[in-house]
Amino acid sequence: MPEQNKPTVSVAAGKGGTGKTLFATSLAVALNEVNPGQVQLIDCDVEEPNADILLHPQITQQTPVNVLVPEVDLDICTRCGQCAKHCQFSAIAVIRDAVLTFPDLCAACGVCAYVCPTGAITEVNRQVGSVAHGSTVQGIKFVQGRLSVGDQRATPVTKATGSQTDDSMITILDAPPGTACPMQETIEFSDYCILVTEPTPFGLANLEDSVATCQRMGIPCGVVINRDQAGWPGVEDYCAGEGIDILLRIPQDRQIAEAYARGETLADAFPQWRDELVRVYNDVVEALLQTATTKVKE
Amino acid sequence: MRVAVASSGDDLDAPVDMRLGRCANIIVVETDTMNFEVYSNPGALAGTGAGVAAAQVVADAGAEAVIAGNFGINSLRAFSNGGITAYIGSGTVRQAVQALLDDELEAVE
Ligand code: SF4
Ligand code: SF4
Repeated sequence: MPEQNKPTVSVAAGKGGTGKTLFATSLAVALNEVNPGQVQLIDCDVEEPNADILLHPQITQQTPVNVLVPEVDLDICTRCGQCAKHCQFSAIAVIRDAVLTFPDLCAACGVCAYVCPTGAITEVNRQVGSVAHGSTVQGIKFVQGRLSVGDQRATPVTKATGSQTDDSMITILDAPPGTACPMQETIEFSDYCILVTEPTPFGLANLEDSVATCQRMGIPCGVVINRDQAGWPGVEDYCAGEGIDILLRIPQDRQIAEAYARGETLADAFPQWRDELVRVYNDVVEALLQTATTKVKE
Repeated sequence: MRVAVASSGDDLDAPVDMRLGRCANIIVVETDTMNFEVYSNPGALAGTGAGVAAAQVVADAGAEAVIAGNFGINSLRAFSNGGITAYIGSGTVRQAVQALLDDELEAVE
């Protein structure tokens, strides 16, 4: 593998509880075995970060994530209402004599301060979350974003977290579940997205959404089937039809579930899984090289 | 007194809407004459911030009181700070305004 610019892989799933974090952390542990000290895991699920439960990192640093929100000097303000009129997010209102700001609705766009004719508005920092930095005992570099309790604007925290991606390392991004903005903002940082799904009709419906999102964003994707068991072939048929690689199948297995409950990744609890996980990453790198060469040929 | 009422319709016989933020129209009634003005609610189709947008319409229309089936926390914060009293009402717009004048409506804090 070349020294610089190692591909960044995001791990996403149509809904929570699919085994996304289990897979992402297992992948990181397995890759770190063969590339010690060169693996980074970034937990971008800022609304419910939980990769620490499986990786047990030592956190050494916390950096705040701030956004700029308006603060109104009521002595200068003439209650002209321009700020409220121009705010696209209804995050500032002039209700008779009162001027109210709603920081949890505010997009920190600065328009209100810009249109205020009196200069009554100053923009002040407001903390909406934090990014934790640390590492695991085995030397995996760990980054985890966390949205402040009660805050709804995940975007600035997701972006601050995802932007910690270090191209000189093998980076695994644990994306938030679903296909909404936070998921898209996460996979945007990656070269390839691994979609974890269950082999059920419900899993397939979510998978189709996730695949459509990746395709729209131009991010190549592959599938990991978790809790795989013989039976319904819907996911296989879909992937075959769409030409999407099935990278790995993790069987429905009580021992795996128990290890997970103990806070152990697949790679920690079952050394035999390590080679398979490393193989998944190599397949991804291979797939990316192929698309790159096809692009050059075109 | 000017009273704003959340409604799904556009006259005094239209029903009071359950939610201020999502109602189609805000009907502002001058209680001395029962003349009224209809404002479309900008928040009806908005994602978040609908309650604040509706509260801004109510304030801009010069209402001193507002009636709806229910209020969100953001609009309530706006009304209580701006000195506009919010009341829970039902029935038609006309019935709700009458109930307010008869002192039968409950103010929300
Ligand atoms: S910064 Fe933008 S979103 Fe926030 S209150 Fe001002 S205009 Fe609205
Ligand atoms: S635009 Fe400025 S002066 Fe006008 S109401 Fe807003 S803060 Fe006050």
